[in-house]
Amino acid sequence: MQKTRNRGTITFGVLLVLAILFLSPILIVLMNSFKGKFFISDTPFKFPDAQTFVHFKNYTEGVAKTGFFNAFGMSMFITVGSVAVIVLLTAMTAWYITRVKTRFTKLLYYIFVFSMIVPFQMVMFTMTKTANMLHLDNPLGIIVIYLGFGAGLSVFLFSGFVKSIPLEIEEADLIDGCNPVQSFFHIVLPILKPIAITVAILNVMWIWNDYLLPMLVIGTEYRTIPIAIQYLKGGYGSIDMGAMMAMLVLAILPIVVFYLLCQKYIIEGVVAGAVKG
Amino acid sequence: MQKSIKRYFALFAFPTLLAFTVMFIIPFFMGIYLSFTEFTTVTDAKWAGLSNYAKAFSNPDFLNALWFTVRFTVVAVITVNVFAFLLALLLTRGVRGTNLFRTVFFMPNLIGGIVLGYIWQLILNGILYKFEVTLTSSANYGFWGLVVLMNWQLIGYMMIIYIAGIQNISREVVEAAQIDGCTRYGILRNVTIPLVMPSITICLFLSLSNSFKLFDQNLALTAGAPSKQTAMLALDIYNTFYGNGGWEGVGQAKAVVFFVLVALIALIQLRATRSKEVEN
Repeated sequence: MQKTRNRGTITFGVLLVLAILFLSPILIVLMNSFKGKFFISDTPFKFPDAQTFVHFKNYTEGVAKTGFFNAFGMSMFITVGSVAVIVLLTAMTAWYITRVKTRFTKLLYYIFVFSMIVPFQMVMFTMTKTANMLHLDNPLGIIVIYLGFGAGLSVFLFSGFVKSIPLEIEEADLIDGCNPVQSFFHIVLPILKPIAITVAILNVMWIWNDYLLPMLVIGTEYRTIPIAIQYLKGGYGSIDMGAMMAMLVLAILPIVVFYLLCQKYIIEGVVAGAVKG
Repeated sequence: MQKSIKRYFALFAFPTLLAFTVMFIIPFFMGIYLSFTEFTTVTDAKWAGLSNYAKAFSNPDFLNALWFTVRFTVVAVITVNVFAFLLALLLTRGVRGTNLFRTVFFMPNLIGGIVLGYIWQLILNGILYKFEVTLTSSANYGFWGLVVLMNWQLIGYMMIIYIAGIQNISREVVEAAQIDGCTRYGILRNVTIPLVMPSITICLFLSLSNSFKLFDQNLALTAGAPSKQTAMLALDIYNTFYGNGGWEGVGQAKAVVFFVLVALIALIQLRATRSKEVEN
């Protein structure tokens, strides 16, 4: 008895040390965001003191330099818009290609699955050019791009779930005089809720953090948060470390809030996506 | 029922299909075609046969990036999975605060690659400063820096999957092994590990494809410096496209090679998971 209790204490101790180690990079960035920009690179592990402490100067300068709040708004708009469109439209598509069984829908399903393994670099150049030609190189057009490039995983996840819904439920509804549109929105969509949350979480994590796609398509005119941060690295590789630290903190903050609010869904969603992907 | 739904193709399937065709299918095939041509924009392509591929495979940057990526992927996959599995073992012993620890360990996974890169640039340069070098003094520092970063990002993610696998093992099996006189190490080797094999397969391939396709972290941490020695495949392809003009065809050929390698990994994964399903 005594022995197992000791073991529990040791395990707890090890985990505590590891947890502090895991959190320390973020805490060190937070600490440095209050230091003058010339006191960061060389001595990042020193607490700010009377000489190095600069209050919120890094924050005000960084926000001005990067246009952080515009970038935040842009990231928000693109992420929320794209995820809403992806969840609704790919759920409809998945339902259609699962319920209508023809050679064409079967082929479509396989093409969607295939698209999941294609890395972005493969279509990076041609997709950017196509987007330019079709005038999709703006914050609204990028939603179409995310729908197109993100459709594979989302259709795949929804299709797997639709297959497990018994047909009888929908048939009963059709006999009651509902058309397929009413039937989808009244019956199917509510049943799809758990997988819709998974699809939404996975897409939020992808689009919110995505750097290269928005950079190539709209980066010259509009900045999302990752683009704003990369922009701080000047043309000659010089970085205003003070502004950088402050912007890193501001970039992490919304993610931590989102995580603490929907932790259960995020962990479940990520596991579900991993097991099937 | 099928018939009545079928009439609604335009509403249900068409919008997604249109976006998918324009933003994925067409760019994909155009990409394959352009890899055999010389071009600067997509409309001035001239047939060039296999010359882009020949140039790609005789390009030292590409070969270096390929070798760097393979080495990095091997080291990252092994370290991430060993640490994640050990952490999962510690977190399934029912000690106090398990949920809180899980929350902390998983969090770095949500932070984007660019932000991760700059966080670790600060920390690692701060440590290396004591030895009067920086991350970009030698390719070795960049290599191990990326390994540390990748561990910090992925350990929590893999840990969650391992925890789910370990918790699925029924108590009776473990108790039976204990009654038979199995040591703790024996239980781990002969009971736990074989039974979480499906989780191990998933984690191996997830960490494998994540490491192999790494871009943002690479760009933010070292951007390939010194010279291009720490550029991974994805970054090398990007540099080929958008660095000096005139190399777009070679960039596209490199991208096709990259795609084939990623697809190969995915195919092996599919076979591995399929055969496991039959065994169980």
